[in-house]
Amino acid sequence: MASAKEIADKAERDDIQSRWLLSTPALLIVFLAALGPLLIVVVYSFLTPGNYGDVKWQFSTNAWVSVLLERDVFDDTLSLAGAHLSIFWRSVSLSAMTTILTLIFGFPTAYFIATRPEHRRDIWLFLITIPFWTNLLIRTFAMQEVLRNDGIVNWVLQALGITDHPVQLMYTNFAVLAGMVYVFLPLMVLPLYASMEKIDFRLVEAGYDLYATRLQVLRRIIIPLVTPGIVAGSILVFIPSLGAYVTPRVLGGGTNLMIGNLIELQFGQGRNWPLGAALSIALMTIVMVALLFYVRNTTRSDGSHG
Amino acid sequence: MADRFDVRRQTGFASMAMMCFFLLYLPIATLVVYAFNDNESLAIWKGFSLRWFHAAWNNSLVIESSIRSFQIAAVAAILATISATMAALATTRTKPYRGLTFKYAFINQPLMVPEIVTAVALLIVFSRIKIWTGYSGLGYLILAHTAFCVPFAYLPIRARLESMDLSLETAAADLYATKWKIFRHVTLPLLWPGILAGLMLAFVVSLDDVVITEFVKSGGQDTLPTFMLGQIRRGVTPEINAISTVFLALSIGIVTAFFFISRKRT
Amino acid sequence: MTAIRPAVEAKGVSRIFQGAGQDAVKALDNVSVSIRENEFFTLLGPSGCGKTTLLRLIAGFDYPTDGEILLHGQDIAPLPPFKRPVNTVFQSYALFPHMTVAENIGFGLKMLGKPKAEIAARVDAMLKLVHMQEQRNRRTSQISGGQQQRVALARALAPQPKVLLLDEPLSALDYKLRKEMQIELKRLQHETGITFIFVTHDQEEALTMSDRIAVMSSGNILQVGTPWDVYDRPAERFVADFIGETNFLTGTIESAGNGHARIVLSSGARICATAAKDFQLGSMATLMVRPEHARLVKGTGDLAGTIETIVYFGTDTHIHVRLDGGEAFIVRQQNSRCANCGFERGDKVGIQIGDDAAQLLKD
Repeated sequence: MASAKEIADKAERDDIQSRWLLSTPALLIVFLAALGPLLIVVVYSFLTPGNYGDVKWQFSTNAWVSVLLERDVFDDTLSLAGAHLSIFWRSVSLSAMTTILTLIFGFPTAYFIATRPEHRRDIWLFLITIPFWTNLLIRTFAMQEVLRNDGIVNWVLQALGITDHPVQLMYTNFAVLAGMVYVFLPLMVLPLYASMEKIDFRLVEAGYDLYATRLQVLRRIIIPLVTPGIVAGSILVFIPSLGAYVTPRVLGGGTNLMIGNLIELQFGQGRNWPLGAALSIALMTIVMVALLFYVRNTTRSDGSHG
Repeated sequence: MADRFDVRRQTGFASMAMMCFFLLYLPIATLVVYAFNDNESLAIWKGFSLRWFHAAWNNSLVIESSIRSFQIAAVAAILATISATMAALATTRTKPYRGLTFKYAFINQPLMVPEIVTAVALLIVFSRIKIWTGYSGLGYLILAHTAFCVPFAYLPIRARLESMDLSLETAAADLYATKWKIFRHVTLPLLWPGILAGLMLAFVVSLDDVVITEFVKSGGQDTLPTFMLGQIRRGVTPEINAISTVFLALSIGIVTAFFFISRKRT
Repeated sequence: MTAIRPAVEAKGVSRIFQGAGQDAVKALDNVSVSIRENEFFTLLGPSGCGKTTLLRLIAGFDYPTDGEILLHGQDIAPLPPFKRPVNTVFQSYALFPHMTVAENIGFGLKMLGKPKAEIAARVDAMLKLVHMQEQRNRRTSQISGGQQQRVALARALAPQPKVLLLDEPLSALDYKLRKEMQIELKRLQHETGITFIFVTHDQEEALTMSDRIAVMSSGNILQVGTPWDVYDRPAERFVADFIGETNFLTGTIESAGNGHARIVLSSGARICATAAKDFQLGSMATLMVRPEHARLVKGTGDLAGTIETIVYFGTDTHIHVRLDGGEAFIVRQQNSRCANCGFERGDKVGIQIGDDAAQLLKD
């Protein structure tokens, strides 16, 4: 007769088996239409571009070389690819500025929501979530409405007499930045709120009791307590900013490209699929590094509190 | 005392927050207002009119792409929610087993990769499959949407499962319920709000997608967002505002419904 | 006691939890116990002693690494929890939030596939038993903690289990309600005649409610006996220490025999103690004296010392004495109408120990 332990062991094996069975559909779908294709992108980045798009099955590292370098047409020497570098630089700097600006706007907002009476927080939070769940394209388009030459910003500037003719705001880096801040702001507010909601305000009281001023309380107590939220929010904003495609395309016009648009270009007019693939992998790698930094950071801060 | 000391107050934070809310809603409000403008050009307000809504309604491309958007979103959201529910059941409330972390990472993978990268990857793979098989129907879009909807559906369902008291199912087992009966009478009814939340999120996320759809769609498979992207590129008439306004109202409707459902349940 | 047939019997049961790395935790270490039919049996011990683990093994939520568990003589290892005629009252109650009180109580019977009329009748009877008729259609979130407790009881009793398992069911209640429920539980046990296995870490609760108590510590059962047994005749030091307040004194065994032994303390004082087993002459041993079994006297007693602190408790007073040998000793005096009854801090006093009050313990 089977002992209790054998019966239990078999039940555990069956359980794990059924757990694999249950997760198969989700894993399969993600593999077929997300993870699997990514692996093929890696393969494509080492092939030769076809004449009319697509690829020729010929191994080549040219795509990877031309991510950063360009070959002179005449003397075949390699030099830094200025166009690519300026796009990378724009992507990174715009993303960094987006992160900082959303933090500047988002921090007081999240704090404001977190300090409302409990039954009213939901409503304020709801007001943040509505734009978040509204179509990104529509929000970007709404930004365009505001930034147009005959839009509301220019109207205000002229009404105040700051300028007498419309300022060109659309199709500038500023427009892209404004658009990204606008679009990604909820992604900063939500995690900030999540960690601010947990603040034990007795700690703040203790701070005031020990002669801290408001600013010192903010700097020495509140900000250290919500650091995980700040890190989470920054990552949540920085990563999609880096890969932004729609916002720079609509608000930046054809000139203020970011990495996302550069990638698209290789699959459109550029007809250089391997380069597009290499750029994609490069972008993904940067994102993964940022994520890894985030994971390490959170596990470390968890450890120090625990 | 007239001036009580509030420990929670920080100077200027409230006004900053108000400005934030104002800036968040100003562009949306502008967009909606101009949808009702009786003028060809966007600039000048000529009076209230519904003509752009009529124009959009009579534009067969708008209607077709809207229907397509809804079809894809409905099928993708349902498929994603079913598979995400199963996956959530398989990955929660257990002691760690081999492959558990792998499953987490795998299922959430679409969230971690920039959309443009996934879009390009799908373009590469699907364009080849389209040539091989000759099939170029909506299946590709549905599969792609289902894949990126899975993590969105998975998160609220998993969160709900993890907050569920495991002793309830133990109690049911103690009271003579078999595995299936436990699921049917205890787990499923308690999980339902999470499943509903997952379904709604998946639906909205699918409805909103531009980038992946733009790269995966075959000719004549515009969804509403890709149709709008094309229109914006070509130059804008208030018809786009009208379409956006309807779309906006719809999203807000879904999110509001979700908000109240989740509020009532807790 | 007629025809002692064990309701539940554990034979050499062990449960080892394989922790991370090398360390394995022995939650139960070769435990054997026999629980009689219709008995109110309590598993008592500090948290982590294995009492809840034993309960979960009986219910079938966990399995023994070794040994077997018999229910009315039958090995229940192959039975999953939903086939065991045992029901549990959970510490958190685990009431189904999406069902009414009546639906909760009827759940077990419904799962057993009983006809609707039978379920309804049984639910009515149960509601009556726990005085909850008025709340039958309430949601479980709309009733008080004490009422939830009653519903949990009714739900577990409704399928008429052979054994009812109670996992610290009173721990979430406040003091007054807990006292009330203790009496209620005793009544239910009498009325239903079902074997109750009750888990608690509260020694007072165990003493007042149980027919028999098993005192557990780090995966072992140290003593099984009536409340009087475990309080007055503790088998070892842990039991004496865990249940009630006790004075421990250490000394050398001078003479022994006939169930008694004489011990010499470091101060030279000699105390006669009952000894359950033979102890070796000349060896060190610990004896215990309950504070209420000692009395302060003004002159010389069995022990001598100085009063350090006097603590007033209402019904009685605890007097902390520092013995001449340096040991601490507490005497509990029932309060009469005098305040300190003539004793003051700093007084030199004698301590008189009652007959058979001192007991030699094995460590």
